[in-house]
Amino acid sequence: MQTPADGRGTGIPPILLLPAGLGLAFLLLPLVGLLVRTPWSELGTLLSRPAVLEALRLSLVTATAATAICLVLGVPLAWVLARATVPGVRLVRALLTLPLVLPPVVGGVALLLLLGRRGLIGQHLYDWFGLSLPFTSTAVVLSQAFVAMPFLVIAVEGALRGADRRFEDAAATLGAGRWLIFRRVTLPLVAPGISAGAVLCFARALGEFGATITFAGNFPGVTRTMPLSVYLALETDPQAAIVLALVLLLVSVLILLALRGRWLNGVGS
Amino acid sequence: MSSQRSTPPTADPREAAPGGDLAAYLQVSRGALQLEVDLQVPSGQVVALLGPNGAGKTTALHALAGLLRLRAGSLTLGGRALDDPTTGTFVPAARREVGVVFQDYLLFPHLTALENVAFGLRARGVGRVAAREAAGAWLDRVGLADRAGVRPGQLSGGQAQRVALARALATRPRLVLLDEPLAALDAATRLEVRADLARHLREFGGSAVLVTHDPLDAMVIADRIIVLEQGRVVQDGAPAEVARAPRTEYVARLVGLNLLRGVGSGPVVSVAAGGVLHVADPVDGPVLVAFPPTSVTLHRQRPEGSARNVWRGAIRALEQHAHTVRAQVTAAGHPLVLADVTPAAVADLDLAVGAAVWVSFKATDTHVYPG
Repeated sequence: MQTPADGRGTGIPPILLLPAGLGLAFLLLPLVGLLVRTPWSELGTLLSRPAVLEALRLSLVTATAATAICLVLGVPLAWVLARATVPGVRLVRALLTLPLVLPPVVGGVALLLLLGRRGLIGQHLYDWFGLSLPFTSTAVVLSQAFVAMPFLVIAVEGALRGADRRFEDAAATLGAGRWLIFRRVTLPLVAPGISAGAVLCFARALGEFGATITFAGNFPGVTRTMPLSVYLALETDPQAAIVLALVLLLVSVLILLALRGRWLNGVGS
Repeated sequence: MSSQRSTPPTADPREAAPGGDLAAYLQVSRGALQLEVDLQVPSGQVVALLGPNGAGKTTALHALAGLLRLRAGSLTLGGRALDDPTTGTFVPAARREVGVVFQDYLLFPHLTALENVAFGLRARGVGRVAAREAAGAWLDRVGLADRAGVRPGQLSGGQAQRVALARALATRPRLVLLDEPLAALDAATRLEVRADLARHLREFGGSAVLVTHDPLDAMVIADRIIVLEQGRVVQDGAPAEVARAPRTEYVARLVGLNLLRGVGSGPVVSVAAGGVLHVADPVDGPVLVAFPPTSVTLHRQRPEGSARNVWRGAIRALEQHAHTVRAQVTAAGHPLVLADVTPAAVADLDLAVGAAVWVSFKATDTHVYPG
């Protein structure tokens, strides 16, 4: 955007400026529209409606739980993928990124077929333990974790690949075993990557719609998260839909700020 | 994390370090490099591995530290076998009593100086309080007690080097390895840190192996210099001996001597690169002849005088050194020699690349030894 200090100019052909401007408008104008149409005077009352608060609470709780699951399972998985030298790791890595590009609704169907009451595993869960996952808050968490985990794994794996392994050598010469090196050296070194991955993961979980509505359904207070509420409210109560959307936008902006903070302060030190 | 050592390290850094004679015959293949080094370092001795980049110095260090397995050979420290492919013995790095000061130091960036130094003690099972106390004493010993709470990012190069040394010595290893410990420092800091390092290594008491490509570091810090080239030992001796009688072109260049290979017959040496030299000490058979560039004089006219070695050549290159100019003189049928002259002489003689000059040096300025 600025003229470079070396006096060469920007080198941008003028003909690109028009589509560039249109692209910018296309991305930003909808958000402006949202802000313009927000019923600011009624914001307080709309936000304090029980249905809104319920959806917000459910979204925050499930997205947090999904992020926790992703951390517990995803960090070790990223570790193995970054370090394992066995053949087939590349294939596993490719398969793992599939949920990234998979339409979430397909993920929901797949989860249903696996964990539904007649699913591959779900039928046993029901027969033996009387457990039925679909249409529960647990199903919401599972849907979100399924869709969001690849984000975390990829971020952490990238951080691990970028980490200087000579620090691990140094720790080994000081007498540290693998587990100690993991806890006291490598984990702190890749902590910024893990934080960034967790934030991305949380953001993705919070916005999850397709897999949730397919696998977990749409029950107020149990599986109706913010995105589902926005979609439903749009038909019956557009004002509420706008307010809910505004809240999600606000959360997204906060996440973006958190990520930038991480990237600016964390990695460089 | 559990201690595999028979005796846990004590917390007092002032106690004498345990003896740790190192006996190693290292054979390692690493890419194109075939390393083969016989390395015997008695307790209390500081050995410098000197060599150009790619000579295998760091590879040798990694093999000693246990970060790399030997292909063949053996490695024992204080009588304990650490690596021996024939018996399948391999003690991993974490269970060797070896301290390492890495190139760039590799201080853990998320830990304070004190925590860095305490890390090895904690890893070897020393309690938190005792480890921190011992680490504090070590920082005090290297003169950094006031920097204990500081992260490595806030330390100067010289301070980081000293923290790295304290961290390596805090576990009281039998052997300490140092990989280019001064390379990252600027010239002024280097002088001071070099002297400190030499002192700490003397007080350490165990075996020490220092890798460097700087001859001055090796001369000041080490008791013995082993020169590595392309994975092989080309020279092994006391610093003064290496400086006086280099055995390869690389070493001669490092210590700043002309080195010529030839065959001696009485007071005359037939130089392999062509020509003959008159020398003071008659030696028969294959010899090396060394003489300092400062003893070589340049003239515009054929010089008259006592110098026995005189020939005509041309200047191939001129290099500015600190206070002198080093000229390379070539001549058909004679070896290339280096001559140090003052900038004033360069001006007076109007020396330039391509200029015709006479070189002369006295037979008594040469040092001849069996090659």
